[in-house]
Amino acid sequence: MPTTERKPILLEFEKPLVDLEARIAQIRHLAEENDVDVSAEIHQLESRATQLRQEIFTSLSPAQRLQVARHPRRPSTLDYVQAISDEWIELHGDRRSGKDDPALVTGIARFAGRPVMMLGHQKGRDTKDNVTRNFGMASPGGYRKAMRMMEHADRFGMPIFCFIDTPGAYPGYEAEEMGQGEAIAYNLREMFRLSVPIICTVIGEGGSGGALGIGVGDRLLMFEHSVYTVASPEACAAILWKDAGRAAQAAEALKITALDLKNLGILDELLPEPIGGAHSAPVEAAENLKKALLRNLNELLRFTPQERCDLRYQKFRQIGMFSQED
Amino acid sequence: MWSSYRIFSDERIQQLADSHTWQSLDTHIWPQDPLKFRDRKAYRDRLRDMQSKTGLNDAVQTGFGEIEGLPFCLGVMDFRFMGGSMGSVVGEKLTRLIERGTCDRLPVVIVCASGGARMQEGMLSLMQMAKISAALERHRTHHLLYMPVLSHPTTGGVTASFAMLGDIIIAEPQATIGFAGRRVVEQTLREKLPDDFQTAEYLLKHGFVDIIVPRTQLKQTIAQLIRLHQPFAPPPEVSLIKDEVHFAPVSIQPSIHFG
Repeated sequence: MPTTERKPILLEFEKPLVDLEARIAQIRHLAEENDVDVSAEIHQLESRATQLRQEIFTSLSPAQRLQVARHPRRPSTLDYVQAISDEWIELHGDRRSGKDDPALVTGIARFAGRPVMMLGHQKGRDTKDNVTRNFGMASPGGYRKAMRMMEHADRFGMPIFCFIDTPGAYPGYEAEEMGQGEAIAYNLREMFRLSVPIICTVIGEGGSGGALGIGVGDRLLMFEHSVYTVASPEACAAILWKDAGRAAQAAEALKITALDLKNLGILDELLPEPIGGAHSAPVEAAENLKKALLRNLNELLRFTPQERCDLRYQKFRQIGMFSQED
Repeated sequence: MWSSYRIFSDERIQQLADSHTWQSLDTHIWPQDPLKFRDRKAYRDRLRDMQSKTGLNDAVQTGFGEIEGLPFCLGVMDFRFMGGSMGSVVGEKLTRLIERGTCDRLPVVIVCASGGARMQEGMLSLMQMAKISAALERHRTHHLLYMPVLSHPTTGGVTASFAMLGDIIIAEPQATIGFAGRRVVEQTLREKLPDDFQTAEYLLKHGFVDIIVPRTQLKQTIAQLIRLHQPFAPPPEVSLIKDEVHFAPVSIQPSIHFG
């Protein structure tokens, strides 16, 4: 888990909170210097800070939620995998493209005693790491590696956990040349064939086809401040409003929050985050994730493989809103 | 750079289906406005304008008929209707078409022309990619033939789902086919792309489409490919070899039947 010792990175809407905390520190400092007891005042201010944090984080706009979802300290796939597993061994390569994609990590973990295939987009933990990880934008090789691992899991009866956290599939020249569209399309179809339980969780940013490429499962879970979009609000604003500056408006219109997706019948379960977002208390966030994964996994294990395939088909079959009249 | 003229769904159906064999499916399915979406214009108004301009409910027509006497299911996307974008109606109609193909054991042909998922229906549009792919998985499991025809343009979420899932993928000459838009790729790369980038010819060269077929030969090529996938049934006098062990080739073959 990322350490909290580093200097916190604050978002704009957290400013009132920062100001209040600065005041608390100042009073505490003054009190120490002058040897006066201010514990009652401090206690009062601290409970106001807690209340303020709660107010801010329970009334985030979609655009603000997007900022939390993209927070540089937000726990990543590897953070969660390590936090929820008893053991973990990362495995590499699609055996096709001649290179391993560090933007999508895969491996076998032991989860609640059981071997589980875990995979997900991997954003970097700092700037240098982010360059290596291509900011979590996977290439065709990443999607093909994911598929190879999922097929492996299916053969050995291992459930699959997919963690989604990407701005989108990599829109690069080489990615197009290597068949980005084909790689994602293939996963969409083949994930319906696998008969082991598949649980997908949006832990941060669910960016369009790049997210869906590992997003076909029996259950879709989503952290409270995560987002899942058909197109990035920036791209949507540029195309529909002809003005990339309208991204906040697009974020609102596109219905990208966990609650929106629950209402649209796409999301199965919304995972609560600690007040202040998953990055403010990553251990607590991981515990919430672990509990939800375990409960959902146990439910899915009660079905036969054929039942799981049929239910997965039905789950996606009913998505969509239209009217039928002559 | 792109020279073939665009044709729309009615004309395409006329060109591919034998005359008087075409029967439309699911013409009573209409789009809704689940997000109450409004950009510079309300989605509801945009839909109404498109419907009156094109006479279509939404961006795809589906149905079944015959091609050179062979029964088949056909879906044709229409680029006029909001750039052929895929929302709930396109997803539902194509899924029903493929399910019908599976049920009636028919080959499915889908002519693609689309800018990708329809943003105005948000995540419901993205999920149609998975829904259609699921139906194709079942069609495939039943050893049935699916052939998309990639016309200009085929991009975004359509490329990243049913356009690239063909058993055999046919493309039209010079059609633009790709996942990310050319401008986006250029911005990512910060240099100019080759002229043939994301053309049908480029995809053929890189092994992502099987064959490029000009529109004038499209019907006969599709029919030829369907015939080549029908089970081989030797004439009775050839198969009657006396006192020999029966290899029962019929039971080894997947039970393909085209009605």
